[in-house]
Amino acid sequence: MVMTKDDTVPVRTSEDIVRVRQAVRIWAIELGFGLVDQTKLVTAASELARNTVNHGGGGTVRMEALSNAAHRGLRLTFEDHGPGIADVELALRDGYTTGNGLGLGLGGARRLANEFDIDSRPGAGTRVRIVRWA
Amino acid sequence: MERIPILKMGDFLLVTIQVDMHDRLAIVLQDDLMDRIASTSARAVLIDISALEIVDSFIGRMIGNIAAMSRILDAETVVVGMRPAVAITLVELGLSLSGVRTALNVEKGMDLLQASLRLPAKESADGHDEG
Amino acid sequence: MIENSKISDILQAYEDELLEDWVREQLASSTRRADLISESELRQQSAEFLGAFLQASQGDDPTDITAPQWDHVREILTELSRSRAQQGFTASETATFVFSLKQPLFVRLRQEFGKNGDTFADQTWAVTVLLDKLGLFTTEVHQQNREAVIARQQQELLELSTPVVKLWEGILALPLIGTLDSARTQVVMESLLQQIVESEATIAIIDITGVPTVDTLVAQHLLKTVAAARLMGADCIISGIRPQIAQTIVQLGVELNEVTTKASMAAAFRLALQQSGQSLPKTLQDAARR
Repeated sequence: MVMTKDDTVPVRTSEDIVRVRQAVRIWAIELGFGLVDQTKLVTAASELARNTVNHGGGGTVRMEALSNAAHRGLRLTFEDHGPGIADVELALRDGYTTGNGLGLGLGGARRLANEFDIDSRPGAGTRVRIVRWA
Repeated sequence: MERIPILKMGDFLLVTIQVDMHDRLAIVLQDDLMDRIASTSARAVLIDISALEIVDSFIGRMIGNIAAMSRILDAETVVVGMRPAVAITLVELGLSLSGVRTALNVEKGMDLLQASLRLPAKESADGHDEG
Repeated sequence: MIENSKISDILQAYEDELLEDWVREQLASSTRRADLISESELRQQSAEFLGAFLQASQGDDPTDITAPQWDHVREILTELSRSRAQQGFTASETATFVFSLKQPLFVRLRQEFGKNGDTFADQTWAVTVLLDKLGLFTTEVHQQNREAVIARQQQELLELSTPVVKLWEGILALPLIGTLDSARTQVVMESLLQQIVESEATIAIIDITGVPTVDTLVAQHLLKTVAAARLMGADCIISGIRPQIAQTIVQLGVELNEVTTKASMAAAFRLALQQSGQSLPKTLQDAARR
């Protein structure tokens, strides 16, 4: 099976959000993810991609296929150089919105992933990383 | 720009979403639907999402908006055909879509609507039936 | 002190000959398994590993196989172990792939350093340590793969044995029996949702009479299933909640407000019939009331 193990694509427009969903779906299938796991990961990716486009001023997502001896996984790292998030804890709380509509995206993505971490500071951009194991 | 077609079936409108919608397409759909409900005085909207492999918070919100706005225009909304994996994910995501009626498929959705639309309407404030 | 530059120099100079010697060695071995792998595939696997081995042994820390310079080699061995396990190789047969590289390497080392006893001994020892570690690594991976295969088979068995029953037109029942763990509950619940679609059921009765205890995780799975079913257009009734379980649920702070519950499956069935606008024929109706 031929598969790129590491790929970075732009996330700048709402069409890119769709492309990210499709790419993540394909990778997840190739990595042997079950349907529910696929759906959760693709949905999480959609949320984070949208944040990157709408609040981060556009950025990139790096997709990495992971494998330790027993499991395969997919790591997605969304990065932008936008305004950053002033209060991450608050943003993670469901339904929170600055009127810009951060809403469920971040907290939802965290719930849908096996691993989640976020690095964001005002003026320093945002980096969100999630991993889902097959 | 492409648009999602809206079918008129008697008093109902049927929308079958078969593409992975980008955000703008979803907004256009929302606007188109509101226009059609108003112009046709439709009693209900059926949204068939049986072809959707994912429903994220944006689409979820769109569905919620459609239901709320339709209600203001005196129309019911029923969402049909949600796939199990999508339902499980939406629950995990935290989207309850409360206030949105659901059914397994278009046929059952229509049954649901026929039944509820045939029932006498709620009594108005001064106690008269609007039947 | 390991002079890793010496090992990698030799590898570099003699890569082609080493590959030939090694492949010949493997083909002649009793663990050849010609039934499982072709000569060209064997050659290709050997070339890939040898090339990566060469790269990695040029780094600073040649004997720590967990170091980043050995990442690619470990990847190759992981994939190799996985594919060989699928083909039917045993763990030792796969490890022998790595161990058999020793002989050709020793032959080369002897040619180069045979006259210098100490260097020769050091180099031979270094190679032995390295290949032993890599060989053992493949057995670990092999073992983990077997465990993963078994886990997957258990999962499939579980899915096959999920007892979703069609009680009536549009009404399903899922009688759960035994202790529920989180994994099993998830599988069973997904199966129920799938069945709802396939049989176009509008009501599903989840009966937990046969479940001795329910913990928070299981309770949450149950609630999520009910919520998911609702999103799909079906209602759930949970029946058979014994007083002890009701107590546990309250103590755990799990909210069952939105969920319809009934004490017995029969009561749930009656409710389901009512809700779906159906009724039993007269005689059965009487029987149900008794």
